[in-house]
Amino acid sequence: MARKDRMSGNEAVAYAIKQINPDVMPAFPITPSTEIPQMVSNYIANGQMDTEFIPVESEHSSMSATIGAEAAGARSLTATSSAGLALMWEELLLAASNRMPCALALVNRTLSGPININCDHSDGMGARDTGWIQIYAESNQEVYDNFIQAYPIAEDPRVHLPIMICQDGFITSHAVMNIELLEDGEVKDFVGEYEPEEFLLNPGKPIAVGPYSVSNYAMEARKNQEEALERSKEVILEVAKKYEALSGRKYGLFEEYRTEDADYIMVIIGSAAGTAKQAVDDLREQGKKVGVIKLRVFRPFPADELAEALKNCKAVAIMDRTESYNGNGGPLGSEITAGLFRNKVMIEAVNYIYGLAGRDFTVTDVYDIFAELQDAIENGTKVEQFKYIGLRK
Amino acid sequence: MSKNGLEIRWHGRGGQGAKTAALLLADVAFKTGAYVQGFPEYGPERMGAPITAFNRISNEEIRVHSNIYTPDLVVVVDETLLVSVDVTAGLKEEGAIIVNTPKSADEIRPFLNGYKGRVYTLDARVISEEALGKYFPNSPMLAAAVAVSKVMDWDQFIKEMRASYEHKFAKKPEVIDGNMKALTMTYEALAADLCS
Repeated sequence: MARKDRMSGNEAVAYAIKQINPDVMPAFPITPSTEIPQMVSNYIANGQMDTEFIPVESEHSSMSATIGAEAAGARSLTATSSAGLALMWEELLLAASNRMPCALALVNRTLSGPININCDHSDGMGARDTGWIQIYAESNQEVYDNFIQAYPIAEDPRVHLPIMICQDGFITSHAVMNIELLEDGEVKDFVGEYEPEEFLLNPGKPIAVGPYSVSNYAMEARKNQEEALERSKEVILEVAKKYEALSGRKYGLFEEYRTEDADYIMVIIGSAAGTAKQAVDDLREQGKKVGVIKLRVFRPFPADELAEALKNCKAVAIMDRTESYNGNGGPLGSEITAGLFRNKVMIEAVNYIYGLAGRDFTVTDVYDIFAELQDAIENGTKVEQFKYIGLRK
Repeated sequence: MSKNGLEIRWHGRGGQGAKTAALLLADVAFKTGAYVQGFPEYGPERMGAPITAFNRISNEEIRVHSNIYTPDLVVVVDETLLVSVDVTAGLKEEGAIIVNTPKSADEIRPFLNGYKGRVYTLDARVISEEALGKYFPNSPMLAAAVAVSKVMDWDQFIKEMRASYEHKFAKKPEVIDGNMKALTMTYEALAADLCS
């Protein structure tokens, strides 16, 4: 039976971790994810869970210890944000290439500088090529639901990859909103016991983790890893289906909101998708044919699926909450347009950078973007293909 | 925000409890079955620096995740902010503002950038010091926000707040009655203005 409650996004993740009761959690605090290890250690101190909590001296160590515990055969996780994720850089790649199905609660915060504690996606997007599965959330409810689905995806023998469950720092992590929680037993049954096929503390079957590989074989290891990430797509969808049966809440690679007949679609990630949906409802009342695609799974990237979903619209606004410093587009803009081109979907595609370092993104911004797309199509007005929205005038 | 929702913006200074008041309001409104959102605007938090917190309360699911620019109600926890912050920015004319001050509404209105809507004042210091023996403006200002916005039935608010304080102050039961008294005193202080 679902229980209605109200929680912040960080509380929701900590609560999911309590219900999952993983084996090991090494962590080092950093704003805005600090509350997660703080709340988990409270749960442990109160005897509500028996996870082994390891306070470490840096994020380099928290990810190293997570990998070590996972390699030993223990279900492991950590939490971090921003510079904390940056300090894990080498270990992120190690976790993925050693096929460790550990989890990371990422509370998205910008990277310096200027030094700033607020939300954008520069931390998560900076780690987009590390081989982790990345799932983003619109709300406290979604980050809770995504966390419960994390291990069944990561630990699936077809996948065996680490998974990053992301939410927007402060915007959802510190906002109290309504939420529906599953019962502890339901979560335990859904996530199940972790039974790794191979692990270090297995005296009958010794293995090596992280050995040197000569060039003769290293490239094949990378290809295997890439194939596993591609296979995770079907596993993500299978797990989502089972989760829907349990919770009634439907998840996919992305959510299509009022897009069936839409001429103009905005593709966006995270909490701003909720703001965009509200704007779409407002514009629909004025008869505008607009819709939103909220990308949930950024890695593996559903390029073909997105091209298919966009092929009938006249123009798309692709929203990036990070800068790539390439003068050509943000990560989402570059990857979606590549997917459109490969699928021969030749529509107007404008890539907007928004919400950097906590800059607010409002329903009015969404109205303005859709108006700009409509003006481009109906009046042939030239629109810069890669531009910022919400800058001070 | 949906048309039938309520948006509140809180202005206070770090350490005065404006954020706590916003989260408490979300909490009690949730208990009445509403959809709620309570969140602060985060920056470099320092004791005494101006801070803003927000509430959305609705009978429909809330999806907007931006700050609030056209609030229905503004609550000013510290009147010294009136000279440095444009507290009525975007405030709806049919909305209202509540200012914590010993001054009257007529004395405060000249500081509100020509705001034409309803203005309420409350001396939260006098109430808090009498009820609690200390200056904690957030309980009176929370009560004022509920009384002015009528976002929930007053008796239900009192009932939920008692439960909330009993939970929060389980180890300090002596402050429960003081806080409850602060809520009631606030209602009585505003009663005449709310009827007129």
